[in-house]
Amino acid sequence: MSAPTAASTRGGDGAVVGVVVRRVLFYAAISLVMAFFALPLLWLVFAPFDRTPSLTVRLPDFTLDNFRLLQDNPYALTSLRNSIFIAGTTMVLVVVFAALAAYALSRVHIPGRDGLLYALLLLSSIVTGTAAMVPIFLLMFQLNLIDSRTGVSLVLAGGLLPAAIFILKDFMDATPRSYEESARVFGASPLQVLRHVVLPIARPGLATIAVWALVNAWGDFLIAFILLRDPEKSPAGVVMYTFYTEGGQANLPLISAFSLLYAIPVVAMYLFVNKRYGFRFHGGIKS
Amino acid sequence: MAAQATSAAAPETDAAGLGKARATAFVTPALLLVGAFLVFPALWTLYLGITDYRLTGIAAADPQIVGLQNYTDALTDPQFRNALALTLLFVLGSAIVGQTVLGFSIAWSMRAVPKTVKTVVESLVLLAWILPSSIVAFLWIAYLNRDNGTLNSVLGTSGFDWLLGHPMLSIIVFNTWRGTAFSMLLFSAALNAVPPSQLETARLAGADTFAQFRDVVFPHIRGHVLTNTLLISLWTFNDFSPYLLTAGGPNHASETLPVYIYNSALYSGELGYGSAISLIMLLINLLIAVFYLRLLKDRRS
Amino acid sequence: MASIEMRGLTKAYAGGVVAVNSLDLTIADGEFFALLGPSGCGKTTLLRTIAGLEQATEGSLLLNGRDVTTAPPGKRDVAMVFQDYALFPHMNVNENIAYPLRIQKVPSAERRAKAEETGAGLGLSELMERRPGQLSGGQQQRVALARAIAYRPQVFLFDEPLSNLDARLRLEARTFLKRLQKDLGVTTVFVTHDQAEALAMADRMAVMESGHIRQIGTPSEVFHRPVNVFVANFIGSTPMNLIPARVGPAGESLVVASTSLPVPTSAVGQLAEDEDVLLGSRPEYTDVSCSEGPGALRGTVAVLENLGATALVSVETGDLSVQAVVPEGEEPAIGAEAWVLPQRQRALVYRVTDGLLVSRAPDESAGAGAAPDAGSATEVASA
Repeated sequence: MSAPTAASTRGGDGAVVGVVVRRVLFYAAISLVMAFFALPLLWLVFAPFDRTPSLTVRLPDFTLDNFRLLQDNPYALTSLRNSIFIAGTTMVLVVVFAALAAYALSRVHIPGRDGLLYALLLLSSIVTGTAAMVPIFLLMFQLNLIDSRTGVSLVLAGGLLPAAIFILKDFMDATPRSYEESARVFGASPLQVLRHVVLPIARPGLATIAVWALVNAWGDFLIAFILLRDPEKSPAGVVMYTFYTEGGQANLPLISAFSLLYAIPVVAMYLFVNKRYGFRFHGGIKS
Repeated sequence: MAAQATSAAAPETDAAGLGKARATAFVTPALLLVGAFLVFPALWTLYLGITDYRLTGIAAADPQIVGLQNYTDALTDPQFRNALALTLLFVLGSAIVGQTVLGFSIAWSMRAVPKTVKTVVESLVLLAWILPSSIVAFLWIAYLNRDNGTLNSVLGTSGFDWLLGHPMLSIIVFNTWRGTAFSMLLFSAALNAVPPSQLETARLAGADTFAQFRDVVFPHIRGHVLTNTLLISLWTFNDFSPYLLTAGGPNHASETLPVYIYNSALYSGELGYGSAISLIMLLINLLIAVFYLRLLKDRRS
Repeated sequence: MASIEMRGLTKAYAGGVVAVNSLDLTIADGEFFALLGPSGCGKTTLLRTIAGLEQATEGSLLLNGRDVTTAPPGKRDVAMVFQDYALFPHMNVNENIAYPLRIQKVPSAERRAKAEETGAGLGLSELMERRPGQLSGGQQQRVALARAIAYRPQVFLFDEPLSNLDARLRLEARTFLKRLQKDLGVTTVFVTHDQAEALAMADRMAVMESGHIRQIGTPSEVFHRPVNVFVANFIGSTPMNLIPARVGPAGESLVVASTSLPVPTSAVGQLAEDEDVLLGSRPEYTDVSCSEGPGALRGTVAVLENLGATALVSVETGDLSVQAVVPEGEEPAIGAEAWVLPQRQRALVYRVTDGLLVSRAPDESAGAGAAPDAGSATEVASA
């Protein structure tokens, strides 16, 4: 092994050994970090395919039977449908309303705009589902929206909108106005400008917000937990929780298959965004 | 005085010719939704907190104003103080120490490893962040299980029940695992923005790794450290997922404020009292947020 | 084809900023007209006001005799090429060029063919399926031009048409644009902050400062007879020497330091004794000599800058530095004694009090060339 000359002139073999030891320790630490993050996840990878899943992580005795159990359980597939409905509705509300608001706020000077944006930013960070669960529950109770999936979507959308407006407004602010002006000079009406120019150009921003809203609503537990009573209407997050907290022996084949099915869309959407747009980092995104 | 007009000062022109009326119509739906489901609940808490509102019984039909009763009740309630102390411990342990330190360490080490290692590590950390909370809660229940849990078999401590024996430690480690991704992403972005020329200058001047960090890197990321700390503190403070692991137990030993509000207001039905605690939480949130916004403003100007 | 006429045109912003201040200007049909000025002078705002992207707050704007002051953009028959070209990134070249036709509801096949034809005229045939992101700066500019041409407007507006190109391409594009404009014969207004661009391309130009037009004229008029100190400073690739002087006895000489210089031809008989003036002389019209001569300023050669076929000589005389251009091979040595002499036929005199040109025949000073009715706006008093 040829030692780097710089190292040998300075400290001889001792320095080389030091470098090697440091390198080994460094990778040992990285392995430890990997183990810390990977170990809890392993169960989700193996158990769903195990003929007799237990809480222990082990290579599965391969089967797909566990997924067949989902059809027999009265709530499993229904809850996934509920999740699709709630997440879809929330996503549409957030994308459409945030896009309209962000565009108008970016391009037209509405009186009090800056104060409004500031207040929105403040509110969205302080009024969280947890801090406001009591008044939200009471409000929905008064509005007769307890046990309504649309009600859950409305509350989720209300919480996600301010951040969505912010991110999209930043996105629009960074888009040159000359695109729209150019179209207007050629005679396009305002709505034509929106349809022909703004919408296509804003598409990456809209897609990011759509995925972000979907992931957030899909993973929601608290709001659905406090607003929905009927298990027929509960989304997967709540049903998953009842699966492992209801009395008696936990049904591990069901839980494992169900949790994998519930997890896949999130992972898929993450991979999609990562591939399509790169995982661009917007400070402060996470509800 | 001759007027100066730069093209930058030529202000936000209505590039698409939308007009004020249409612009207002565009903003209104979002504002209505935010107003109804975000602003109104926050304001309503002010009123609810001074009533004896209950979910069922006489007080449900005809709530009475009880003044500051709920607040004095809360502040003298050992259960509430316990929850507040546990929450602070939770924020300090999992966010300020756990996520920040781990997130920064990962971001820092990932600059010097092969791309595959980087991809694997970052994907694992991100996966913990993006999976739905009721899934990861169960994964951890399985992981920490007394008899068959992976942790016990790795550590050789079979038969030890972590959630009963060390409930706070469990949820702190859990939340560190769950939330490190944000700090990692933020610090990676911040470290990427450190000009390589400055690091090279420091290296040419003979600075070792620590000196490089102290003199070049840290001044660049100081703002990010603060931003990160405030944001993750806010989120951790409001995090409901400990409920999914321990439901506040055993015997209130891991009952953070969000869990406490749920248990006392929605589970036991004392809505007035729960609102009072909600307001206290909102105020603490406000404090952190105002501090954060002031910081953002300072940095922008 | 159209003329453009502005009467008292003003654009003031809500904050009180007046970007364009009561302009009177007429641009003739088919003219290639430059709006020149430093950044912030209001030239871009004026262009955008002509396009309809900004609403004039006062005055009126006529295109071909039709009042379009309040007409929305798109109803003015004006095409604009933006500084960043504003090519739609999600459309290919053909769709971009065809966009104006799409708005006019031309059937899809027909507009494809027309875009093809227009693009071919600008050498874009090979690129019709590409996206703007895959084109070079020069190609993008030609697509933007093609899109403007496809609109068949009465007036072209170009905002800093050359600023996004690199130096070599800029010269090429300059020639190309000038020829294109002559071929199409469409009235064209372009904005630039680069005096060389304006001089090279324009038939006529207006020099703007702080929302006012300081001078209108042909490039030659503006170059040879800047009407005030601002224009004198702004025009020319090497700045004009402005030498402080005092008018000597009977107004028949200019005294700089203790040297007495002859009064330039243009100012003879116009000066009063003891008046403070600036003697303006372009380096190109300033002679340097190694031997003493009458009416020359004595100094020492401080800096020599090689400009290729010529050299720029800086001569220090007292507190003053005077620059002169000399042909290659005739440069004096650094440190040598030298005498500088403004050419009497070309030198100009400005009054210190108002910064205006002292001129023997004010009516002929500038702007009397192409558009007679613009003459009144030639000299605009400073605000």
